Amino acid sequence: MTLHLTNTAKTFSDGTRALLPIELTVKTGEIMSLLGPSGCGKTTLLRIIAGLETPDTGSQIFFDDDDVTLQQVEDRKVGMVFQSYALFPNMSVRGNIGYGLKMQKLAPDKANARINEVLEMCQLEKLALRSIKALSGGQRQRVALARAIAPRPRILLLDEPLSALDASLREVLRDELAVLLRKFNITAIFVTHDQAEAMAIADRVAVMDHGTIVQSGTPEELYRNPQSMFVAKFVGSAMLLDGSCKGKKLTLAGGVQDLPKNTTDELVFVRAEDVHISKKGSLTGTVQTTTFLGTHYRIGISGIASGVLTSILAGQTAPNIGDTVKVSINPEALLILPNGAHKE
Amino acid sequence: MIKSKAKLLQLTVTLTACAFLFIPTVMSVMAGVTANYFKGISSGVTLKWVFQVWELYADSIFLSLWLALACLVVTFIIGLPAAYGLARHPGWFSRVLEEFISLPLAVPGLALALALLQLYGTMKGFRTSWTFILVGHVLYTLPFMVRSILAVLAAMDLKTLEEAAASLGASPPRRFLNIVVPNAMPGILAGALTVVTLSIGEFNLTWMLHTPYLKTLPVGLADSYASMRLEIASAYTLIFFIMIVPLLMAMQWASSRAQRIAN
Amino acid sequence: MTNRTFIVLCLVPLFIFSIAFLALPLIRLFLASGEGAAGWSVYLDILRKPRYLNTLILTVLVSLATTFAALGISTTAGMFLARNQFKGRGVLLSILTLPLAFPGVVIGFLIILLGGRQGLINQITPGHVVFAYSILGLFLGYLYFSIPRVLLTVMAAAEKLDPSLEEAARTLGASPYRVVKDVILPGLMPSLIAAGAIAFATAMGAFGTAFTLATNIDVLPMVIYTEFTLSANIAMAAALSISLGLVTWVLLLVARSLSGTTVAAGG
Ligand SMILES: Nc1ncnc2c1ncn2[C@@H]1O[C@H](COP(=O)(O)OP(=O)(O)OP(=O)(O)O)[C@@H](O)[C@H]1O
Ligand SMILES: [Mg+2]
Repeated sequence: MTLHLTNTAKTFSDGTRALLPIELTVKTGEIMSLLGPSGCGKTTLLRIIAGLETPDTGSQIFFDDDDVTLQQVEDRKVGMVFQSYALFPNMSVRGNIGYGLKMQKLAPDKANARINEVLEMCQLEKLALRSIKALSGGQRQRVALARAIAPRPRILLLDEPLSALDASLREVLRDELAVLLRKFNITAIFVTHDQAEAMAIADRVAVMDHGTIVQSGTPEELYRNPQSMFVAKFVGSAMLLDGSCKGKKLTLAGGVQDLPKNTTDELVFVRAEDVHISKKGSLTGTVQTTTFLGTHYRIGISGIASGVLTSILAGQTAPNIGDTVKVSINPEALLILPNGAHKE
Repeated sequence: MIKSKAKLLQLTVTLTACAFLFIPTVMSVMAGVTANYFKGISSGVTLKWVFQVWELYADSIFLSLWLALACLVVTFIIGLPAAYGLARHPGWFSRVLEEFISLPLAVPGLALALALLQLYGTMKGFRTSWTFILVGHVLYTLPFMVRSILAVLAAMDLKTLEEAAASLGASPPRRFLNIVVPNAMPGILAGALTVVTLSIGEFNLTWMLHTPYLKTLPVGLADSYASMRLEIASAYTLIFFIMIVPLLMAMQWASSRAQRIAN
Repeated sequence: MTNRTFIVLCLVPLFIFSIAFLALPLIRLFLASGEGAAGWSVYLDILRKPRYLNTLILTVLVSLATTFAALGISTTAGMFLARNQFKGRGVLLSILTLPLAFPGVVIGFLIILLGGRQGLINQITPGHVVFAYSILGLFLGYLYFSIPRVLLTVMAAAEKLDPSLEEAARTLGASPYRVVKDVILPGLMPSLIAAGAIAFATAMGAFGTAFTLATNIDVLPMVIYTEFTLSANIAMAAALSISLGLVTWVLLLVARSLSGTTVAAGG
């Protein structure tokens, strides 16, 4: 199913404009991630698609050619995985998964066959008769997913499905979820504020800020070609090199950096993995912090730009705090973005 | 030293209070099965008085049981949806309504009974039927039912659970039956036991609302205290204890269970 | 049907019931209080006429005495039961909470068994000791139903009291007496005030106990009852009821805002 939103906005009764009019299309079978900082309107958008929130007048929501804008949630045939999972405590795992099928008044044998199928897909066979209270966080998450998928919804909506889990489990389940979602072969929208999660799971990512979608594209596109300072900072935490541009030179507090092209009024960003500590570097700074992260060091360097510049250093030893270091940045790795692209 | 002295004092107070509450209860039970109270228990143990009470007051006992049951049904039918509505519709209206229906907890039953009599006392058919007493009992017990259920509902994320059910295709009434009612069970049970216990023991309202042909158990008790010999009054009280004590214990058990779930 | 409609529908039966059998009767009662010969000055009469004023004063005094006695006894017993585990604790607790379900008439009868003409005290003491029908008997009856209510409130609060506060005070060198004064009582204070308000309100409005014991004592509920049934002075009965209801309601509102407990003011 293709999801198509036009002119969709939401103003809450207290006047909060949680969502400004947006356009969004999610193609059949595509897994789309809504990524953005807390309070930017991701949940609101997801709930509008589900039918749990009524959008402002003028909004239109299409499931293929079906205008569902005025449809109640129970008639929309969506599958939803809630942040808290919202499993029914009065039902077993099986009861939870079968609930949507019961609502569709499916014949019991057909329903049972479908429940078994979903249980197997989500590797829950052994837990089928357990009570919800006797499940681990990861198991609950799979039950929530199985319950949402069992009635064959037209679209699957997931609101931060991993955020209730602890960090170590989250990474394992993230990859598991990516595999499962592809196995279901369903159009899905996945909300998160964690860029690594969005990149790992989604085919396409829509970055949201202050109630609008500021850029959408494949994870690679967003990472390599951010269109604004906000996206550059939010996806891959790019750092601003603030200085004065003249021709192909950027003069910084810590030296002069070559640019790939003539630049005057634009902003220059760099990512930590492109900041190299090397004796031949043209920039000079002072080591502020060193953090050992197992596979690499993260070095914070001051004195080059106005902020602290972070460098990823793979190697056995790190410079000491207070050392003066030389830094080189490949001009091709710089991100050059128009000034004022970020609107507040 | 001070500590143990303090403990001793506390224990003494506790035991004295227990004695104060328990001794008359025991006396009443004993008197109910003693052949002649003036001569003491040595005059023999008998169930004569209990049987006499049964002959005299069986109607009252059955009326009380019937009223308690009817009261349970009505408070359930009104209270369960209401608790759900209050839980799902927070705001000033719900707060005022909840506060208002809780008035009978605070205002003495006598005042409520007078109010009912003032307004409905002239409607003869209603005034003389058992439903008039029922209204008083429902008035008094309804807040317990509502609050008991509300406490359990307020402790769970009802809104999200219902949204989940809705996204799976359940209509509002179905969500109420499949999700709300089963999960509210501990509160319903505690509320139901409270309603029955209170209804069976209700006197203040009932005394004003009853008619000579409709005497409930406690009204009968007051009657026997005023006009029967001590043994009969005691035997009647004994019957009341046998009915109310297990109910009270079940109610306390159910309430603490519901509270554990609610917290 | 939308969700909102359904939720509103759920509130309809409660709304109708409380309008028909609570709001309208109370309004009617209020109007009735002004329909007597004295008009609305009936409320002033409560304070002007000695019969009513004395009743009011007596009722308040008995209720106050009950409140403080119940607070003292129940706090001591409640703290003891909350802080000590021993064999028989459950039995003591059951005995102390049993009277919760006793109607006022039954409690009156139990006091008669204690202090009536055929009562225990009269039998075991030499001379004629009968107090059931005096103000002392009434006080004991009120105490009887107040102890369990206060006890439950105090114990609930005692269980919520953080024991590490007491331990902290001990490590700082406080004597057990200072611990009670500086840590336990301040921690219990909101609940004690709440429990006191409940006990007071309950005693003010207690009809059943007064009905059996106070045949010769003018306490408020009995006066309301006799004004209504014997004197047919409906306006005065209504005015007294309204005043009494207002006082108990406000008190319990205060109690609830302080402790969040709900205890019925029957008895
Ligand atoms: N019911 C509501 N009434 C008023 N304002 C609301 C309501 N729900 C959300 N908002 C506001 O709308 C904005 C967007 O909220 P939303 O829940 O969509 O954010 P989010 O992107 O999901 O954030 P998070 O990552 O923290 O979950 C926020 O400013 C929030 O305060
Ligand atoms: Mg959210």
